[in-house]
Amino acid sequence: MSYNGMTAETVTFRGHNGDQGEAYYARPTRPGKCGGVVVIHHLPGWDEWITEVVRKFAHHGYAAISPHLYFRDGPGSPDDIGARVRASGGVPDDQVVGDVKAAIAYLRAQPNSNGKVGVIGFCSGGRHAYLCGCRLPEIDAVIDCWGGNVIVDDRGQLNAKRPVAPIDLSEQLRAPLLGIFGNDDENPNADQVNRTEAVLKKLGKDYEFHRYDKAGHAFFNTARQAFRPEQAADGWSKVFAFLRKTLAA
Amino acid sequence: MCSYIVEKAKVSGSAKGPSGWMRIDTANVYFDHPYHAPLDHALAIDFVCEADGGRERVAVELSAASARELVSKIMVALAIGEQAHAAPAAPAA
Repeated sequence: MSYNGMTAETVTFRGHNGDQGEAYYARPTRPGKCGGVVVIHHLPGWDEWITEVVRKFAHHGYAAISPHLYFRDGPGSPDDIGARVRASGGVPDDQVVGDVKAAIAYLRAQPNSNGKVGVIGFCSGGRHAYLCGCRLPEIDAVIDCWGGNVIVDDRGQLNAKRPVAPIDLSEQLRAPLLGIFGNDDENPNADQVNRTEAVLKKLGKDYEFHRYDKAGHAFFNTARQAFRPEQAADGWSKVFAFLRKTLAA
Repeated sequence: MCSYIVEKAKVSGSAKGPSGWMRIDTANVYFDHPYHAPLDHALAIDFVCEADGGRERVAVELSAASARELVSKIMVALAIGEQAHAAPAAPAA
């Protein structure tokens, strides 16, 4: 394999309501057009692992961007800002959808764009990816990695910031959906994953789910004890096969 | 899992962070994915002063077992310390 050069840097973008924020953006340096991927971070914040994921996509030939979804609560280090956001109950769904929409537009505006953009999210970001797939028709591919609370069994968890369970918006999902889950996960648990699949199947959606034994939550994450190298390697192969299919020009 | 659950303890005292000492009035306590500790879940405590805007914090991320050990030792230290400080002064020789 030849060496895959890339450029990775922090850029500014116009997010929800035109607010100016920062995002981590990586793209291959080789000439030509490529598909784009928006990478949605998990609840603790915009961390080192998520920037590694962005670079992984660039390594595989995609332009990838991870918007810092908490930039409005800065300045400060991403971990301190994440703690602030958690203490205030998280960010509103509408704001996240607006920021992801803006990140998609950012990718499409780049000269390297082939016009196709997918969205991937991990943990709470998986829920956001599912939500964005239902609310943003301009998305070409959705990847939900163990997104918790797509199904909300305790309706008391719904609030002003997160007023709707994403599963209830499934009819609006337009793009193909890839779901990656660990069978030992507690949120989403195996029953919730099965019920999500049942809804997608009933609605006739284009989806594929992959479930992994001996894997729990966040098993791609090399910085966690939950990391499962064999399952993660297979999961990543499913991700890239899905993107080759959905983001080809 | 990523949860939004945060237990808020009202506290009174001071904490020392990168910019020096600050007064604190709140401890935000949660058990979720850590930012730094190489654990799947950690008991995190952020000491902040909400009265001053809550923008600075002194943070720890602990394993569940060590968090329980800390709780236990806090209770032991309080019990021993309060007993010692409450003891009557020794009679003068």
